[in-house]
Amino acid sequence: MKANQILRSITPVLSPLFAISSALLVGAGLIALAGVNPIAAYSVLFREALANYYGFGTTLTKTAPLLLTSLGVFVALKAGQFNIGGEGQIYMGGLGSVLVGLYVHGLPALIHVPLALLSGFLFGAIWGLIPGYLKAIRGINEVITTLLLNYIALNLINYLVSNPLIEPGAPSPYSPTIATSAQLPIILPQTQTHAGILIGFAATIVLWIVFQRLPLGYQIEAVGQNPIAARYAGISVERTIMLVMATAGGLAGLAGAGEVTGLKYRLFDQFSPGYGFDAIAIAFLSRGNLVGVVMTSLFFGALRSGANVMQRSAGVPVTVVYAIQGLAVLFIAIGLALEKRFAIRQSSVITSG
Amino acid sequence: MSDSAAFLSDYLAASLRLSVPLAFAALGGLFSERSGVLNIGLEGMLLTGAFVSAATVFYTGSVWVAILAALIVGGLVGLLHAYLCVTLRVDQLVSGLAINLSAAGLTAFLSRLVFNSKTSQPLQGLDAIAIPGLSQIPIVGSLFFNQDPLVYLLLLLVPLITYLLFKTSLGLTLRAVGEYPRAAETAGVSVLFVRYLSVMLSGCLASLGGAYLVLVHVKFFMEDISAGKGFIALAALIFGRWHPISTVLACVLFGATEALQLRIQAFGLNIPYQFLVMLPYVIALFALIGLAGKSTPPAALGIPYVKESLDD
Repeated sequence: MKANQILRSITPVLSPLFAISSALLVGAGLIALAGVNPIAAYSVLFREALANYYGFGTTLTKTAPLLLTSLGVFVALKAGQFNIGGEGQIYMGGLGSVLVGLYVHGLPALIHVPLALLSGFLFGAIWGLIPGYLKAIRGINEVITTLLLNYIALNLINYLVSNPLIEPGAPSPYSPTIATSAQLPIILPQTQTHAGILIGFAATIVLWIVFQRLPLGYQIEAVGQNPIAARYAGISVERTIMLVMATAGGLAGLAGAGEVTGLKYRLFDQFSPGYGFDAIAIAFLSRGNLVGVVMTSLFFGALRSGANVMQRSAGVPVTVVYAIQGLAVLFIAIGLALEKRFAIRQSSVITSG
Repeated sequence: MSDSAAFLSDYLAASLRLSVPLAFAALGGLFSERSGVLNIGLEGMLLTGAFVSAATVFYTGSVWVAILAALIVGGLVGLLHAYLCVTLRVDQLVSGLAINLSAAGLTAFLSRLVFNSKTSQPLQGLDAIAIPGLSQIPIVGSLFFNQDPLVYLLLLLVPLITYLLFKTSLGLTLRAVGEYPRAAETAGVSVLFVRYLSVMLSGCLASLGGAYLVLVHVKFFMEDISAGKGFIALAALIFGRWHPISTVLACVLFGATEALQLRIQAFGLNIPYQFLVMLPYVIALFALIGLAGKSTPPAALGIPYVKESLDD
């Protein structure tokens, strides 16, 4: 009985661990295929990403947008909505913050920075609300609309930084630098680690409170688990869906705003290397658990941080990391399905025995 | 006169070229979704087909082996999707997403290994075969009768699939499985078998779309070459209401929009090219919005089938 309880308390972690280690194992095979010793490559990667001050700084820098965007996917998923539009929402958030950073002057940093972030949040939220509205009111599948909106946002940003927002005389499309008063502070001296990671942690805590302590969290989960029953319980399914999609977009928008105000200080064409897609993987791997979202974001951040050094010193293409991330999602899907089967068999053994 | 005729035939040819990968993928999606299995993984399957055919032609130099390889690997990816969705009953969206993410990562990594720095070197492509006589007809001739075998295959597939789906008992079985699997099972049909077969076929067709992209259209491989074509194919499928002919027509509409984008620039019209690149996605989005509520998917789409067992 006791052993059973222990088993039940550790199973939520088992599947993600199984998924990540299987993915790393296949990744090792790929690295070997590239003619490099996998152990050597991985040790370079993780030593750089976790045990080196600058490398760890980079890990945190890369974790910030991953965490915020995956929190967005997480919230939407809680209400049963698949937000695949994180990438586009990041770009819109970047746009929102750069507008405030460029065109609002004479504010103290204490007001200017939050205003830029808020604007990023709002731009992202609008980009998330569009598919939320289409899903809730018009019944259009959010997966396809969020995907299509990604391409629209990317091209919109590309146009803006190539034309109206371009820095005069810039060799490639990017905007002028934002006002110093709109820049997020660096929190680890001599690294690029900006306060974005703290915003990510703060957002995690807010969501934890919402889902653990507030009726709103219960309402969101009710819609996700059984929208028909939720409707009978007097919950507006439509409003909940629009709310979570706007929040999801807003959090991704914050991620983009963090990149602009904390890291680049400008709006670049293609400034996100696919954080929006990584976030989907992170949210699935964390199986509805906020601590899991933070840990997996850190893990993905470390992979991205260490991969560059691995490419330079061991000659393994960075793209191996994308393969590992994609495979981790594949394995978690398999792991969860097997786990469900195991649970059913267990319960039938108990009831019949 | 001859200038505008040349322009028109050039534009139509480009529209067709851009529609073909979409059409293969959308027809693939049609099989899967008609049998009741959502296939968001079309994008990954198309990308896989593009990579496999590029790598095979790079190593063997044979276009036909490349097409065969794309068919086989596409079928295997379909098998994986079927195993996850039908046997393990994983959420079908999650399974499709997992396939897309894995395909994107794996092809990006493997393409670095295979092509090394030789990505710019054009691959051997599939040649056009002119059909004697017919190919001499102005405009239409070069458009439909001076094409490569994959286009001919597509032109054959559309009526064939339409016939198969609506006029044969095989098609009736497929549709029954997607609409009312319980009844189909009662009538002695193996829902499991039909879904496996349909999803594998879906993988083959989407992969063929990728092969066309690489072997006929661009003749090289690069990361993320599919660029959302699988998702546009899905939009076309919804827009075409899961009917082969209207789905392929929707693909042609999206392809023609993309072709327009390349030509408007040549006209020197003052439209920023980014808006033109955006156009197919915007049209797809508005197509979905315009059709909301009017396009009904197969009734059992997305719902895993659990066989009723006697001891329940």
